[in-house]
Amino acid sequence: MGAELIVLDGVTRRYGAASPVVALRGANLRVCSGEWLAIVGPSGSGKSTLLNIIGCLDRPDGGTYHFDGIDVAALSDRQRAGLRSRRLGFVFQAFHLLAHRTVAENVMLAEVYGLRPRAGRRERALAALAAMGLGDRADYLPTRLSGGERQRVAIARSLVNEPALLLCDEPTGNLDSQTTATILEILGDLHDRGLTIVTITHEPEVAARAQRRVRIVDGELRGAA
Amino acid sequence: MISVISLRRSDTAPADDGVPPAGMTARDLLDEAVAGLFARPGRTLLTVLGTVIGLGALVATLGLSLTASNRIVGRFDELSATQITITVNPAESGPAREVPWDAPERLGRLNGVVAAGNLSEIDVGDALVSASPINDPQRRTEFKLGVVAASPELFTAVRARLRTGRLLDDGLSARAEPVVVLGPNAATQLGIGRVDHLPTISIGEERFTVIGILDGVERRFDLLSAVIVTEGTARSLYQVRSPTSVIVDTELGAAPLLAQQSPLALDPTDPAGFQIASPEQPQRVREAVRGDLDVLFLMLGGVSLLVGAIGIANVTLVSVMERVGEIGLRRALGATRRHIAMQFLLESAAMGVLGGILGASGGLLVVVGVSLHQTWTPVVHPAVPLLAPLVGGIIGLLAGLYPALRAARLEPVEALRAGT
Repeated sequence: MGAELIVLDGVTRRYGAASPVVALRGANLRVCSGEWLAIVGPSGSGKSTLLNIIGCLDRPDGGTYHFDGIDVAALSDRQRAGLRSRRLGFVFQAFHLLAHRTVAENVMLAEVYGLRPRAGRRERALAALAAMGLGDRADYLPTRLSGGERQRVAIARSLVNEPALLLCDEPTGNLDSQTTATILEILGDLHDRGLTIVTITHEPEVAARAQRRVRIVDGELRGAA
Repeated sequence: MISVISLRRSDTAPADDGVPPAGMTARDLLDEAVAGLFARPGRTLLTVLGTVIGLGALVATLGLSLTASNRIVGRFDELSATQITITVNPAESGPAREVPWDAPERLGRLNGVVAAGNLSEIDVGDALVSASPINDPQRRTEFKLGVVAASPELFTAVRARLRTGRLLDDGLSARAEPVVVLGPNAATQLGIGRVDHLPTISIGEERFTVIGILDGVERRFDLLSAVIVTEGTARSLYQVRSPTSVIVDTELGAAPLLAQQSPLALDPTDPAGFQIASPEQPQRVREAVRGDLDVLFLMLGGVSLLVGAIGIANVTLVSVMERVGEIGLRRALGATRRHIAMQFLLESAAMGVLGGILGASGGLLVVVGVSLHQTWTPVVHPAVPLLAPLVGGIIGLLAGLYPALRAARLEPVEALRAGT
């Protein structure tokens, strides 16, 4: 087991000022480098709040969050954005591919906000696509691809910046069981090669593939280390 | 990499622990905005239509007014630069001076004279002009019309066009034949349209044969409503002692010199007895009319610009709502709120610039088309078509402010969960 990549200490997040709703109360979580963790819970349990915070899209109200030793709460907005673009990869249930841009352009988009040079951008995108077995789809529009192919494009996009953490939000929510198996295969493969993965899901089948599972119910993490 | 460094927010305000901020090159920002614009080209074109019409109307109005004023001035210059009118100087006291009957011949010898013709106003007293020998009580048949005598060269000098029949000549004048040429308005009033059946008119008690009808003149518009007799008739019948004025059509640029030479040619002993005149300038009146029209069209252009701006704001707002997922994705990929706002601002500004370019092109086409139809020379201030895209861009920028702020304010995870 590697070093601790994610360390949450008593992280709390409330919404609203007058009568605040507590979305996350005192969450403690440790994820080591190279680990595959599944966060399981029903909808409304605080999963998206947790995703928000782990993904550096939001700051906790209380407690601390260290990502790779960096206190995320102390960073400026632009620095957190920089962290997202360089160290984090996101995969979403709805794929979020831009319908009017080609597959290759969609993957290239990942480099836009990290100030990476334009030179070689397309080559890096093509390499990432080839690794997902989509080398021949580079100039297609996403609308011509199947759901599984679209999710593989999204995974290619998330890997272009060689992130330290892959954050998957219901990655197979829109896919049939056969395609789900393919995607899980790919995630397993990435994990075998040492990538840290956090999957948020409510599907037991997906959670079962992870090394470790924690449950979140009513804003509280259970079974977390 | 064990977490040993723990910088609290209170420790150092901007955490400088080696985390480089997100950023975006101007080139990438432009690429993203343009790509957003061309994602739905049809909608983009419809969106900029209001701006196109508004800026097109403005460019066309400014261009057309400049073209029209240039035309008026140009036409006036051409006519006035080639005309001089010579009359007796009334201020000069002493023995009564007269314009000589042979003035056309004397002036014709000067260099630069195209044609010079005498015009003599004839006082016919209360005599009315009539085409009908019968006094019809139902209809007015007698009219008060101006009667003038013209030397044959006058018709060339005023650039008269003949509708039908023939003009006066030296022979008719020498014999003092009772013939007349009618101006077109006079002919219409008298009900004479043809001369092949030798119609006659009477001026008072005197009877004349109509031998020709003019179609139009370019100077001395009083001739349009005049009855024109020969100089011989004027002398013998009406005891006219001398022509009232000499109209000279000169070559372009010769008028100033001829204005100095003509009095000498007419009377070498007393050139100061003549007065040289150019026609009154009609410019100011027309300009006032034009100014009113301009204001109307500029206001119309302004209103369409406003509508265009609202259109851009509206569609950009709809587009923000539609692209919630994209906004969330961009945030996840490292975009800050500022990046999102800049992208949408740039998209709406680019729409405005596009509208400006299309509008300026359309406006110029209108100016050229109207000029072509009217055989004018199209004149447009060079800054007008160049400023149009700039104005369009500013309008787009202003229209995009609110939608861009809405886009920047979206919470990324909710945006991502909202759907595609």
